[in-house]
Amino acid sequence: MSDNVLLEVKNLKKYFDTPRGMLHAVDDVSFQLKEGQTLGVVGESGCGKSTLGRTILHLLPSTSGQIFFEGKDITFAKGKELLKLRRQMQIIFQDPFSSLDPKMTVSQIIEEPLKIHKIYKNKKERMERVYELMEIIGLDARYVNTYPHELDGGRRQRIGIARALALNPKFIVCDEPVSALDVSIQAQILNLMMDLKDEFGLTYIFVTHNLSVVKHISDEILVLYLGKMVEKTTADRLFENPLHPYTKALLSSIPIPDISYKGKEAEVMKGELSSPIEPKDCCRFAPRCPMAKDCCFTSSPEFVEAEENHFVACHLVEKK
Amino acid sequence: MEREKLLDIRDLSVRYTTDGIISRAVNHVSFSLDKGRILGLVGETGAGKTTTALSLMGLLPKYTSEIEGELQFQGKDLAKISEKEFRNIRGRHISMIMQDPMTSLNPVFRVGDQIADVIKIHNKGMKKNEVNEEVDRILTMVGISPDRKNEYPHQFSGGMKQRVMIAIAIACKPDLLIADEPTTALDVTIQAQVIKMMKNLQKELGSAVILITHDLGLVANFCDDVAIMYAGEIVEYGTLEDVFDRTKRHHPYTDGLFGAIPNLTVKTDRLTPIAGMTPNPAELPEGCKFHPRCPRCMEKCESGEVPVSVRDGHRMQCHLALEEDVK
Repeated sequence: MSDNVLLEVKNLKKYFDTPRGMLHAVDDVSFQLKEGQTLGVVGESGCGKSTLGRTILHLLPSTSGQIFFEGKDITFAKGKELLKLRRQMQIIFQDPFSSLDPKMTVSQIIEEPLKIHKIYKNKKERMERVYELMEIIGLDARYVNTYPHELDGGRRQRIGIARALALNPKFIVCDEPVSALDVSIQAQILNLMMDLKDEFGLTYIFVTHNLSVVKHISDEILVLYLGKMVEKTTADRLFENPLHPYTKALLSSIPIPDISYKGKEAEVMKGELSSPIEPKDCCRFAPRCPMAKDCCFTSSPEFVEAEENHFVACHLVEKK
Repeated sequence: MEREKLLDIRDLSVRYTTDGIISRAVNHVSFSLDKGRILGLVGETGAGKTTTALSLMGLLPKYTSEIEGELQFQGKDLAKISEKEFRNIRGRHISMIMQDPMTSLNPVFRVGDQIADVIKIHNKGMKKNEVNEEVDRILTMVGISPDRKNEYPHQFSGGMKQRVMIAIAIACKPDLLIADEPTTALDVTIQAQVIKMMKNLQKELGSAVILITHDLGLVANFCDDVAIMYAGEIVEYGTLEDVFDRTKRHHPYTDGLFGAIPNLTVKTDRLTPIAGMTPNPAELPEGCKFHPRCPRCMEKCESGEVPVSVRDGHRMQCHLALEEDVK
């Protein structure tokens, strides 16, 4: 693993204009991602994790902030420059049932990015690459002319991965790639993704709400709550010693498949996510926080390094 | 706790016929459930969990499905009774929480009215204000303020909608409650809230519950008994302690399921997935249905009937289990 920073995000914001006011989907997110590392992004639905991934890839324009890729500012990349970037950064979508065009065959789907970027001279070379990709992701060559509806979820997700890999990218955003799959298939896909990472030196941002999956696959984890960064540290540290009350509650709500945990009451969090539209300037978790104090309702906590390489945004956690 | 048998399913098979293709969704399933117990029905997509539940509710499609076997419930065989009789049972004695709260509620009726419907149907002659009081009481039970009963489903969040679904299901204090993946569409924190509430309600009402899920963590937290389903069969059945005790021997499919989930407490580099895919119920393999994917498959697994071995109520449908018994 090298120490080169591949992706850097600085104060990234993404607001959506809604009839009821500005919706703060991603609010002031900054992080660095080193080459070959996996950053897991977790949070409840509506916390802005998918929007973050899509904004980085320029699938959504950012409101403010900067995005650096390989040291270059790509915040305002467009046209040819953006097209070039797309070769380097790809995405795997959540739902393998709706993200593949039902009128295209498997080979057409995998071939499409190769055509758009004019990587190979002729159809024959392109098809060679399609077969190669199908072998890499473990899809039998006999499926080359089938349509997505003929395949099950696991195979469809493999096609999504093949398409993302087609251009030899350096960086892939994985947006809940396994949450629509059964457990036994989920394990197959996770193993495949880890193998591909080692083989091609990929860097992942892994967006998910499944905490046991994220622990398994990530080097570092970023916890989001209503668009704000709540906590960020290495995967092991986060699970051993979560500092933020939200992370603690989130971790204790995962049911563990072991009967020695039966009867142990999980810390059940009261309430639900409040609205991300025009939020007040305070800790966004305060209304649900079991330890909230007066200051939590009046000012927004800063995101500080509380322990070495362990960042947290909470008034109750002391600075290092 | 005194044990009284509430439900006894014997040799249940369900077949669907579409365009001349016969899908064997449920094959010779037998289990029983005592009053006040919670059974976890675990399996992957297409294992026949929901079909089993729908046959208990009498909600299988009339013309395309065929049902065989006995479903003894409170002295009646549910497989044989008429639709008219079923109407008295459904909602009152057996009720079901559907998988997806977003699509199972009627969007054009107020939630209070949807709950009142069930009460009115099963308590003819109840006065209007009594029904209203009952609705308020049930809403409070599931943790929704009664002021919200005049709102429509779209005004509720996912977790709140699921609470409304639960309110409808428990409105008549059923003896048997079937919960079909009640929390799959919810976030973990909301799932924890809903499960805690269901636990408390179950204690209060004393209903028996069948929890359909693929989440083994949820089963460990909530259930007394566990049935593992694969390709329409129950491959392993026992108490929670039997099935979750990793030192005991298990059906290879159960072992596979445990190996395939990332463990939060133990660090592993690689997951051990189950090879292959779940079989198509229209083309089930010969012999043991799991043999093409089984890492410990033997010659005799490939054809013929698979014997069932029982030891202290811990049931397994596997050649290996029987062999080890003989030793």
